[in-house]
Amino acid sequence: MIRSTERNRPNSRGIIGVATKVSPAVMRKGIQVIWVAIRSEPMRFTVAVLASALYGTMTVASSWALGWATENVVFPAFAEGDVATATMAAGALLIVGTALLKAIGIGGRRAFAGFVQYRMQARSRRDVTRQYLRLPLAWHHRHPTGQLLSNASSDVEAAWAPLAPLPMALGVVVMLVTAAVAIVLTDPLLALVGFLVFPAIFLLNVVYQRRLSPLATRAQQLRAEVSEIAHESFDGALVVKTLGREDAEAARFAAKANELRDANIAVGRVRGLFDPLLDAMPTLGVLAVLLVGTLRLEAGGITAGELVQVAYLFTLLAWPIRALGWVLGELPRSVVGWTRIRHVLDATGSMTYGTARLTGTGPAHLEVRDLTYGYDPEAPVLDGVSFEARPGRTVAIVGPTGSGKSTLAQLLVRLIDPQRGEVRLDGVDLRDVERGGVSAVAALVPQQTFLFDDTVRGNVTLGLPGITDERVWAALRLAQADGFVSALPQGLDTRVGERGSSLSGGQRQRLALARALARSPRLLVLDDATSSVDAQVERRILEGLREAGGAATVIVIAYRMATIALADEVVYLERGRVVDRGTHEELLARCPGYRDLVTAYEREEAERAALRAQEEKPAGEVVADAAEGVGEPEEVAGR
Amino acid sequence: MSALHTAERSALETFRRGLNLSPEFRRGLAGTLALAVLATAGRVIIPIAVQQVIDNGLAGPEPDVGFVRAAVLACALAVVLTTVCAYLMNVRLYRSSESGLATLRRKGFRHVHDLSVLTQNSERRGALVSRVTSDVDQISQFMQWGGLVIIVSVGQLLVATVLMAAYSWQLTLLVWAVFLPLTFALPRFQRLIARAYLRVRERTGDMLAAISESVVGSAVIRAYAAEDRTARRIDEAVEAQRKAQARAQTIIALTFPLTEVVAAVAVAAVVLAGVRLGVDGSISRGQLVAFLFLITLFISPLQTATEVLNEAQNAISGWRRVLAVLDTPPDVADPGPDGRTLPRGPIGVRFEHVSFAYPGGPPVLHDVDVEIAPCTKVAVVGETGSGKTTFAKLLTRLMDPTEGRVLLDGVDLREIRFSSLRERVVMVPQDGFLFDGTLAENIRYGRPDATDADIELAITELGLADWVAGLPAGLDTPVGQRGESLSAGERQLVALARAYLADPDLLLLDEATSAVDPATEVRLARALEGVTRGRTAVSIAHRLSTAEAADEILVFDRGRIVQRGPHAELVAQPGVYADLYASWTSGTRS
Repeated sequence: MIRSTERNRPNSRGIIGVATKVSPAVMRKGIQVIWVAIRSEPMRFTVAVLASALYGTMTVASSWALGWATENVVFPAFAEGDVATATMAAGALLIVGTALLKAIGIGGRRAFAGFVQYRMQARSRRDVTRQYLRLPLAWHHRHPTGQLLSNASSDVEAAWAPLAPLPMALGVVVMLVTAAVAIVLTDPLLALVGFLVFPAIFLLNVVYQRRLSPLATRAQQLRAEVSEIAHESFDGALVVKTLGREDAEAARFAAKANELRDANIAVGRVRGLFDPLLDAMPTLGVLAVLLVGTLRLEAGGITAGELVQVAYLFTLLAWPIRALGWVLGELPRSVVGWTRIRHVLDATGSMTYGTARLTGTGPAHLEVRDLTYGYDPEAPVLDGVSFEARPGRTVAIVGPTGSGKSTLAQLLVRLIDPQRGEVRLDGVDLRDVERGGVSAVAALVPQQTFLFDDTVRGNVTLGLPGITDERVWAALRLAQADGFVSALPQGLDTRVGERGSSLSGGQRQRLALARALARSPRLLVLDDATSSVDAQVERRILEGLREAGGAATVIVIAYRMATIALADEVVYLERGRVVDRGTHEELLARCPGYRDLVTAYEREEAERAALRAQEEKPAGEVVADAAEGVGEPEEVAGR
Repeated sequence: MSALHTAERSALETFRRGLNLSPEFRRGLAGTLALAVLATAGRVIIPIAVQQVIDNGLAGPEPDVGFVRAAVLACALAVVLTTVCAYLMNVRLYRSSESGLATLRRKGFRHVHDLSVLTQNSERRGALVSRVTSDVDQISQFMQWGGLVIIVSVGQLLVATVLMAAYSWQLTLLVWAVFLPLTFALPRFQRLIARAYLRVRERTGDMLAAISESVVGSAVIRAYAAEDRTARRIDEAVEAQRKAQARAQTIIALTFPLTEVVAAVAVAAVVLAGVRLGVDGSISRGQLVAFLFLITLFISPLQTATEVLNEAQNAISGWRRVLAVLDTPPDVADPGPDGRTLPRGPIGVRFEHVSFAYPGGPPVLHDVDVEIAPCTKVAVVGETGSGKTTFAKLLTRLMDPTEGRVLLDGVDLREIRFSSLRERVVMVPQDGFLFDGTLAENIRYGRPDATDADIELAITELGLADWVAGLPAGLDTPVGQRGESLSAGERQLVALARAYLADPDLLLLDEATSAVDPATEVRLARALEGVTRGRTAVSIAHRLSTAEAADEILVFDRGRIVQRGPHAELVAQPGVYADLYASWTSGTRS
């Protein structure tokens, strides 16, 4: 009775929502997966299997030792009243010696099976994340975050899960062969009992796994669904509360929790049936051995010691034989996990790089020609966008939500490649620039701030060599972040927590801005990068940028008038197309869409003033009064 | 800081209280235990059979085949019976424990929603979720496996010992003497292993965090060519996790097989001592051989002991965490059926000398005393941290004031039933949280009986019909998890429609359109003006265009109302509002 700790236990993580049955196709595929592991870790795997084989042989040997002791020590002693001390010592040594070797086998197998499994996990995780880092951003856009995270965590775990019981299962094969030989040598008729019982246990195991795995998968799936409901419901707790929907939420959760309960009970029913059955089989086997053995004893085929030995062997083999079932049980999940990992590893389409170097100094010259990009080629997000930013100039990109501004920003620093058209820096197409060349020159501050779980310094430098603390502080000053950073307990060495959780939204944005500024980029692209910053702080940042201006060409995406007003030129986008370009004043005068967007508040305000005036004064004076209020009479009167 | 109840409770007390919370656990427990005793008794069939066969069947010069046949038959019958008992016990145990755990989950979930916003926010959301998921799963795992193993193991050791003692008390003492050191060592091993696993869990957390950076931060990593650096960070975390796992495995590999060796020593000792006793005639040879079989019954309970102890510990701490939620009193409690119900119609609000401070923090609202007449539109303005949002939370009774009272139509908020309050007063928070479903499902959330026509009417009245028509599937467009398929501004539009459809008498907007583009926001504000006619409306404004339209503006500064009045009046006098207005207009003007 051993190995109960390796029982096929309910697994709290892993593959969910896939039909899992042990079929020949799954077996073939599963063996391929295992073969990958054996090829990768041949030494450790061999040690594990050898240790397991040692354990297997010693298990059989220990029953033989016991049989020997019974035959040569116990029975003679009872029959003759004494036995030689040397024989007794030999019996004791034999028993303890085989146990020691068996223990070494168990320990070695457990350790090395684990080592192989963990090494394969680590290897897969490194390979998968390397791919994440290598594959282009467009690939990331096509795959949901949650899926990529589970590829690197639970899928990897599932793929290599059979490696834990595998050496044991192989050891069991050795054990069974040894046992078969041992029993056949002892008595062929007695062996017949074994040949009936052990295949029966194995078959029962196969049936068990086939019955269990769909139920276990369903319970696992429901566990994930229960968790999803709880996550969503607690995330939306404020909405639930303010709309008084606690009862409805509780009912939704209860329904799922009850489904999970029923699924777990269904699993329990199968386990509850098969576990005692698997326990009973070897016990019945021993009883059969006693009966048949007695008959053989009568016929003089075996000795009493041999009978005890075979009976003991049966009790020892009962548990290990289940290891074959555990491997089978893990195979379907393993195959699914591995298939998902391969999907990532086999993904192609990395960015290609040229050899051109961007050797210029000072602000860069940016030219955008006929840029077209679509996540769905049928409905391009950007369609034939062209504009130019001459060195040192500031260009504002303005447009309503969903007009393609953020996509344009990503194209400008070559996070993605256009389907048509080109982006040129100093006359060089970005696709011809050598690896690392673009990011050395151009910096994007994205709309969604992302901070690493690192120190303030680490987040600003991102490991770029040669950035001194003075430069970090200068960048922080320019981003108006020096104040709060110097107030942090460890200054630059303060850790910001996962995703910068210890900072406010505005503080995070300013750190992200400092990260870009610390590189002294020649092209700076700000994608609504100051939206969480107070208006007054924003103004100081923009003024600072302007003073330090001339160092970089700046592309700024914004709604705020104050930001836009700083630009030398405005490019107005609507539904992925450039509607108009020019100075702010020009666009205000001739582009109705632009005027609508940027003067919405002003007009609102003016109309209100007009309305109030109407209530208080005779109608004729309305227009003049409103004109005084906002200084742009044509705006109000024209509408 | 967690505001959850954290009483130190002994393991036993936790267990008792846990059992009391789910009466299902106890249902039919006596029967289950009786079955367990019978099932466990089955474990000694083999030693008894061996002993009987050797001592009686093989005693004479010729084997007594008739006796052996009868004995084997009897034993086989016993095996079948105990197997049936084991099956019945398993099924009963699964049914009662899983039913009990489902109850625990449901109670825990409901209680989390009953807790105040303040308590909810003191915990990370993931931590709250685990109280009704992984913590309960841990108990479930223990109940399904560890608990069973404990029952069986203890039973097995007891039955084996009793039978051993019946054969020979001297050998029984000898066997226990050999195993005793191991039973002392096991708890130490368990602590060692538990610590190693704790480390594995910590390293796994670090590793997953590092891996997630490569996915969530994919744009930034590429923009700053931080690929190599990120790869290094991931490699370190992956390697640290692997090492922690390997360490834990090594400890197990070293300790686990010890039982095997000790058992062999016990067998050898029993053989040697048994032979001496046998020669003296105090034990038969069948009994001696049966002893050897009985010793194998010691192995599996002791081998699994460390793991079972681990699971028991996990289950107890899981239980403690669930109980911590259930034992935290909801500090903003529903007066329930005894509470008052507000009649329908426009609502008047009165703040009576209201002050508020977060627990252990400085006051954030000082002596706010203000009245809002029914059907007025009020804007609340002020800088970040001036107390605007606190004001909103007190008005909707997400929190209770530390001093003073908030009255709706002259009734203290604390006396109003939640069902009535939530129907009449609705707040639209800044973060328009959406549930995974379609647009229509989300809008209907606040009023489940609304028809499709009601929804379309609401959309039209808010001036959002064009926007909805432009979506791929109109109202049936899926919004994705947490509304991810929509932009932040679009999510706010849905949240607004949802609140409007709920048809409250007092609508409170907390920067509810902050992420919408200016043109849309202005259109929306205008539509709202129309539809809130006949209701009381309070909006917390970040863009002062909203404030200008209000009947009255409340200006907050450092937790006090420093100015109040209509826009025209406030803008004309020097003060906080005039400053805010100047700063705002300079940002919007060309």
